[in-house]
Amino acid sequence: MKLAKDYFADERADGLHEIGRGLPRADLPGHVTGKTKYFADRSIPGMLHLKMVRSPHHHARIRGIDTSEAEKHPGVVKILTARDVPHNVYTILILIQIGPEDEQVLAEDKVRWKGEAVVAVVADSERAANEAAAKVKVDYEVLPAVFDMDEALKPGAPVVNEYHGQNYYLYDSGECRKVRFGDVEAGFAEADFILEETYRSSPIEHAPAETTGCVVVPEGNDRFTCYTNTQAMFFTLDNTSIILQMPGHQLHLVGGTVGGGFGGKVDVIVEPIAILAAKLTGRPVSFVYSRYEEMQISSPRAAEKIVIKDGVTKDGRLVARKVTGYTDAGAYSRHSPYGAQKGAAHYPGPYTVPNVWIDTYCVYTNRTPSSAMRGFGVTIADFALEVQMDKLARLIAMDPLEFRFINAYRDGDMKAHRQVTEGAALIECMQEASRAASWPVAKRFYDMSSRGEG
Amino acid sequence: MAIRRGRGVAAVNYPTGMNLGGDPSQALVHSTPTGNFMVTLSSVDLGQGLKQVMAQICAETIGVPTERVIIDTADTDTGPHCMGTFASRGTHRIGNAIIQAAREARHVMLEVAAEALEVNATDLDTDGEGNIHVKGAPQRSISIFDTALTAHFKLGLSISGRGMFLVPRSYPETETGAMKPSTCYAHACTVADVEVDDETGEVTVTSVKNVFEIGRALNPRMVEQQLVGGSWMGISHALYETTEPYYPSREHGGTDFNEYLTPGPGDLAETETIVLERPATDGPYGAKGPGEMAANPQIPAIANAIFDAVGVRVDTLPITPERILRALKQQRAAH
Repeated sequence: MKLAKDYFADERADGLHEIGRGLPRADLPGHVTGKTKYFADRSIPGMLHLKMVRSPHHHARIRGIDTSEAEKHPGVVKILTARDVPHNVYTILILIQIGPEDEQVLAEDKVRWKGEAVVAVVADSERAANEAAAKVKVDYEVLPAVFDMDEALKPGAPVVNEYHGQNYYLYDSGECRKVRFGDVEAGFAEADFILEETYRSSPIEHAPAETTGCVVVPEGNDRFTCYTNTQAMFFTLDNTSIILQMPGHQLHLVGGTVGGGFGGKVDVIVEPIAILAAKLTGRPVSFVYSRYEEMQISSPRAAEKIVIKDGVTKDGRLVARKVTGYTDAGAYSRHSPYGAQKGAAHYPGPYTVPNVWIDTYCVYTNRTPSSAMRGFGVTIADFALEVQMDKLARLIAMDPLEFRFINAYRDGDMKAHRQVTEGAALIECMQEASRAASWPVAKRFYDMSSRGEG
Repeated sequence: MAIRRGRGVAAVNYPTGMNLGGDPSQALVHSTPTGNFMVTLSSVDLGQGLKQVMAQICAETIGVPTERVIIDTADTDTGPHCMGTFASRGTHRIGNAIIQAAREARHVMLEVAAEALEVNATDLDTDGEGNIHVKGAPQRSISIFDTALTAHFKLGLSISGRGMFLVPRSYPETETGAMKPSTCYAHACTVADVEVDDETGEVTVTSVKNVFEIGRALNPRMVEQQLVGGSWMGISHALYETTEPYYPSREHGGTDFNEYLTPGPGDLAETETIVLERPATDGPYGAKGPGEMAANPQIPAIANAIFDAVGVRVDTLPITPERILRALKQQRAAH
C-alpha cells in the first residue's frame, strides 16, 4: 500500500506518536494459533441444542401444529411455539422508532417465506433436536406467493405482509422516500442526449467463516448470560428485552469476537429464542446456524432494481438525473426500509447535478427477508450509477474518466438533499488513479481541485 | 473465439456512520495503579481490528505508548452503550468517544503530575514514551507509572474520563428530501483490467488499482488489510455471488461453499492500493469510515471493463459466464 502524502498535505498534521503506526493487532497471535475463543468454543455441562422447524412453503396459512410425536422423541426437553413467546410480533428498528412491528418470532397464523421459523425444538443433542423437528406436523393451506417486485406492486397482487397492508413500506413521505431538487423535466428539455437504463442485482450472502449463533447460560439469580457473535450488543439486548418482556437487567450479553460480520449479524434472530429456551428449561442452550441456514435463512443483501434516466449535454454536463430504486425486502422489514432510504440519500452519486428526482421503494415479496450487508443502499446503487456514467461518456464520445472530472462534486456545491459539499476528494482519487493506471487525461483535469475551481 | 482484454473505471463516495445519524457510542477510560489505561466499551470487533485502532487513538490522546492501553469490550455488564459495529461507523463514532474520555483522563493525569512536580498543569507535556515533563525543561519530569501511584495512593484521585459521541439525528423533509445523511464522506476510484474468454464467457480480473481517500490512515497496515479484503469482496460481488442465481425464481440457491460461488485465491486480481488522506473535520484524528466503501468501486469498474473487452453490457449482477454468453449471442444475432 502506498500513502500518497502529497495530496491535502496542508490539511494534515503529520508526526503524531501513535497515530499512523502500522502496529500489528494485539489479537493476531490468538487468531493465527487457534487460541482465540469464539462463542461456540464454550462447552457447558448440561447444554441443550435448539433447532428450528421451518416452513417448506413460500406463503401459507397455518391451520394447526401437532408436536405430540416430537415431544415423545428421546432427548427432547422442550418444544416452543408462538404461544410461548411473550411479545411475538416485533421489528428490529422499533428501537429507533421505525415501525410497524411486522414479523413473528415463531410463525403463528401464517408463513410468508420458505424457511420461516415455526417451531423451536430443544433437546439434549443436536441429533435429537433435528430428529424431533422432523416429527413436528404442521398443517398448511398453501397461498399464492409473489417473488417479483414489479408483480408485487401491481394491484391485486397477493399481500405478503398484513402488518403493512400493501407490498411496500409506507414512509412519512408516502410509498417511497423522495428527493426533489431543481426541475428535472426542464433539465431533460435542455439536454442533448437522454439515456434511460435499468440495472438489477440478486440477493447476496455475507458468507462469514463463523455462522450466526449464541450460547445462553441461566445464572441462577434470574439473570441470563448470552455469549453471542452479534455485531451490536445493546441492539440485541434491547430487542430481546422487548420480545421476551424481560427487564434489561436480567440480560447479560458477552461478545466482541466475531468470525466475520459484514452486516449479517445485526439482525436479532437467534438470541431471543435461545434465551427464552434457557429460561423455560432452566438449562444452558446453544442455537447455532448450520451453513445451510447461514446461506438461505439468514438475511442476505437485498436484490435491487434501479432505473436511471439521465440528461447530458454534448460537452459532458449532467443536467438532469432521475432515479427510481426498488429494494426487495423479502417478507419482513428488518433493516431494508433503512437501506432503501439510504439509497435516496446517496443518489445522484458524487456528482453535482442541478436537477434531480429520486424515488426509492422498499418492496415486500415472499422470500427470505433481506437486511443489512456491507454498504447496503449504496453498493448496488454505485454499480448502477457508475455503469451509467460509462455509458453516458461513450454516448457523447468522451473519455469516461474525463466525463467524471467534469461532473465531480467539489467543496461548496449544493447536493440534491440540500447539504453543501465539504471535504470532497473524488477529483484527487481520480487524478491518482489516472497516474497509477497510466490512463492519461487532459492537463486541465490534473489542475483541478476538490477545494474549488482550478 | 479469443481472449479479449478490457479496462474500466469507476469513482464513488461513501458516507461515514449510520444514515441520518442518531447513532451514539460511549467510552470509559481509567488508569490502573501503575499507569496502564483501560478503555471500556461495548463495541464489537468483527475481525477488522477495531480494538487495535481504538488502543492507538487512546494512546495518542493520553500521550502513552499503545502497548499501555488495554481494550475491554463487548460485555453489556461493564461496557457503556455502543450502537454497534456497522455502517462504517466504528472508527469515527467510537474513536471520537474515546478521544473525549482520554482527554478527560489526560487532564486529571497532568493535574496529578503538576502536584507532584509543583508546577502548573498547563506547563506540562507528555513525551509519548511514558513520561510527563515540564515544557522546555525535560529534566523536570515524572513517569506516568509514578503519576498513577501518586493519584491512587497519595491524592486519592481517579485518573479517568467519560466519552460520548452522537451525531444528532436528521429527519428527511417529506416533499423535498432535504436531510443530513452524514457528516463526512470517504472516496474511491478503481481501474480494473479484465480478460474475457468470448467462447466460455469466463472473466479473469487481471489487475485492480484502487485509490481510496479515507480521511486519515490511523494504522496503515490495518487500513491495507481492510481495503484489500474489501476489494476482493467487490470482485466476488461483480462476478460470482448470489443466493438466488435465477432471481426472482427461488430455485437453485446455494446451501454451502460448494454451490455458493466465491473466488478462490487463484481468482483474485493483482491488487494495488493507494491511500489519500483529507482529514474529516469531525473525524478522530481526521479519520473517516472506508470499511464498506472498500468493496464498492470494483463492481462497476469490472462491469465497464467487460464491456470494453467484448462490447456487451450485462446490467444484472452477478456478471456470470452464462449472462455474458447470452449477451454475446444476442450481439451476434443483431449483426
